[in-house]
Amino acid sequence: MVRKIDRDHSRFREIVRGRIKQDLKKFVSSGELIGRQGGKYVSIPIPQVNLPKFRFGKNPKGEVGQGEGGEGEGIEKGDGSGAAGEDSGQHILEVDVTLEELAEILGEELELPNIEPKGKKVISQAGGSWRSIRRVGPESLRHFKRTYQEALKRQIAAGLYDPDNPSIIPMRADKRYKSRKDTVQPQANAVIVYMMDVSGSMGREQKEIVRIEAFWIDTWLRSQYENIEVKYIVHDAVAHVVDQHTFFHLRESGGTKISSAYEICLKMIRDHYPSSEWNVYPFHFSDGDNWSTRDTEHCINLLRDQILPMSNQFCYGQVKSAYGSGQFKKDLDAAMREDPSLVTSDILDRDGILPSIKTFLGKGM
Amino acid sequence: MSMTTLPLVLQDHQAEIKELACAYGLDAYETIFEMVDYDEMNMIAAYGGFPTRYPHWRFGMEYEQLSKSYTYGLSKIYELVINNDPCYAYLMRSNSLTDQKLVMAHVYGHCDFFKNNYWFSKTNRKMMDVMANHGTRIRGYMDRYGVGLVEDFIDAIHSLDNLIDPHSRYIERSRADQGDSQSDGEVPRMRAKDYMDRYINPPAYLEEQKQKLAAENKPSQHFPADPARDVLGFLLECAPLERWQQDVLAMLREEAYYFVPQAMTKIMNEGWAVYWHSTMMCRHLCEPEEIITYCDHHSGTLGSRPGQINPYKLGVELFRDIENRWDKGKFGIDYQRLEDADERRRFDRGVGLGREKIFEVRRDYNDVTFIDDYLNAEFAEDQKLFVYGFNERTGQYEVVDRDWRKVKEQLLWSLTNFGQPRISVVDANYKNRGELYLYHDWGGVDLQLREAAQTLKSVHAMWTRPVHVETREEGQGRLLTYDGDEIKFRELTPSDDALAVGQEPDKD
Repeated sequence: MVRKIDRDHSRFREIVRGRIKQDLKKFVSSGELIGRQGGKYVSIPIPQVNLPKFRFGKNPKGEVGQGEGGEGEGIEKGDGSGAAGEDSGQHILEVDVTLEELAEILGEELELPNIEPKGKKVISQAGGSWRSIRRVGPESLRHFKRTYQEALKRQIAAGLYDPDNPSIIPMRADKRYKSRKDTVQPQANAVIVYMMDVSGSMGREQKEIVRIEAFWIDTWLRSQYENIEVKYIVHDAVAHVVDQHTFFHLRESGGTKISSAYEICLKMIRDHYPSSEWNVYPFHFSDGDNWSTRDTEHCINLLRDQILPMSNQFCYGQVKSAYGSGQFKKDLDAAMREDPSLVTSDILDRDGILPSIKTFLGKGM
Repeated sequence: MSMTTLPLVLQDHQAEIKELACAYGLDAYETIFEMVDYDEMNMIAAYGGFPTRYPHWRFGMEYEQLSKSYTYGLSKIYELVINNDPCYAYLMRSNSLTDQKLVMAHVYGHCDFFKNNYWFSKTNRKMMDVMANHGTRIRGYMDRYGVGLVEDFIDAIHSLDNLIDPHSRYIERSRADQGDSQSDGEVPRMRAKDYMDRYINPPAYLEEQKQKLAAENKPSQHFPADPARDVLGFLLECAPLERWQQDVLAMLREEAYYFVPQAMTKIMNEGWAVYWHSTMMCRHLCEPEEIITYCDHHSGTLGSRPGQINPYKLGVELFRDIENRWDKGKFGIDYQRLEDADERRRFDRGVGLGREKIFEVRRDYNDVTFIDDYLNAEFAEDQKLFVYGFNERTGQYEVVDRDWRKVKEQLLWSLTNFGQPRISVVDANYKNRGELYLYHDWGGVDLQLREAAQTLKSVHAMWTRPVHVETREEGQGRLLTYDGDEIKFRELTPSDDALAVGQEPDKD
């Protein structure tokens, strides 16, 4: 039975996701999520649609509290998790959650865009698939117990069973055989390719931001999709395929030639992940400072003519850096404004990480 | 929804508690307890206690918030009770027996309060049924006119539902036509002998008075003649609404008024319920092995953090303080004349009027008058109350003042009009163009201007002609206008003032 509240709740979720009542979208507020890395606490966002009201702004007169402390002494302000839904107070709650839970929370608002069932592989369920019973089959697979049960049933029904002298003789029609049940699922294979600029212009903080963002996208994707392959590429003036650990820990410096990464990515997709069988999601993070305009042109050509047609979505995230010109994103946007499969986003600082993830994976967020 | 009646063991306890409550002089409506699990509890709470309420996403939002906080172990609803005859109260199935007894005793406190407090006397005691009817009617409109359309209209009402006149239920706001009062236009004269008359009643003065009277008696040019505090009610009567819109607005306005007394007596109501659950639990209901559990949960209810006032705590402490004062006879001229703090503390005439007094207080008072009459210097000191504020310099909240007068003033301010700004309709025909002019009675605290501008859109959705709201920002007059296309923001200069309050609309 659908409960009344479920209807209201799903309608609320739809508003939060911006599917209905777009005009309310601007009143949606939700707390930050990854704001305080490092500590073991994170904030769970509880999205709220706050209909506008005439209400007071900051009260210069102050408020009343209770407890110790002399005048001028600091106090901890309560966060309003008091009585049953009375206070509207703050809606950021601090709780202890695991990474998986966190990814799940993220997942309420994210999805891999445009994912399609691809690939012809038939996965058979691992283990416990010999559960089905059939009337025909090889004798080696005969289900002994079921066969004798059937025989017993038949004999009782026919009045042939003598409890004093129990003898049960299965006949042909009683025989039951174990059988294998295959589950056929169209598989949504997906490959994620992370490319990161590790050149000298990317400062410590920039690399950290990229890593945090890639880490969260990665955590979330792995929690949501079973068959995901993830590849990592780092580049400065030349690009290398690296493993996960290296990707998250490498410190390097040098010039920047973005096309080097794109070429490796392209080769990888071509050789191993044909778009007929794979959903392809390349992510590229950089500070937008490329070696030369000629290389940028080359990148754009690579993207437009080869990578984009093979990808479901190409995500480019640009971190703001003190040295970077940020030109690359402008060039990309200018060249391929119309192409919906190219998504670009600016990440100004750590607070920009979540909005950026939402840009990439959000459902209309 | 699957709700079960109480298990036998709880029925026995209910009977016991009810009997106790009666013996103490509590006088509640028939109270029906229902057992629900946490999810049902969250759901019912999301609907404000009325499972049959009209459909709206806002309740879904509430539900998500309650469910999430419950899931992550942040909050749990112990008790939910509805002001209705009979009273409905919900018990959480997973609670321990000790908790159930505590909650039942607490609920009887609330029910007594609902029935006997003056401020609840005007509420509809069949609200369960009324809410269900509202739900049916609104669903009917949704079927007929479309969910989106009806929901949008409800959204607009929700954003204005604090613009009501909370006291209108208890007093006569609308003046009877005063046609007969001094309408003859004669200026009363002082009695005087003929030859003195010119001096005692100077003709110039008489003429002046006559004109003044005439001006006063002239029927007001304005509509509404007096500022209308009940903006929702005004829109209901005067805005060009469809029949179904009028009906929906009338229903939601009724619901808004229904919830007014709860907000008006939050501190008292909770204080009263805590007073009774603690009295009954400690003196009668608690088995020895339950006392630790009880104390743990009781103190959880009363716990306060420095940055907020816990109404349960403040309420029960003030009730106990009053009881104590009236038991000892700490009232009247003899006590008030005492200057010495020590003597004041030790004062005890043993008059024993405390219990009687708190029953009287629960009958006549609301939070504002409760605090105003009974919060005194000793209480503020005992309870360690203070005023705090945000210090821009240090970037943290700090204790500002422990002077009890400041505390009281601040507390009263935050309770006045439930901490909502006072906004009224002053002119419904502004500039003679059918525009609606709202006036915010500023009083020192600014509105959130950006949000106010958005709210104007909701007013406009009903009024359809341009709408204005006059307010102040740091003392400077501001006029926000929404004409259906864009929001305009204007600074008011002193020369605007008269125009703004709607005195001289013909200036244009």
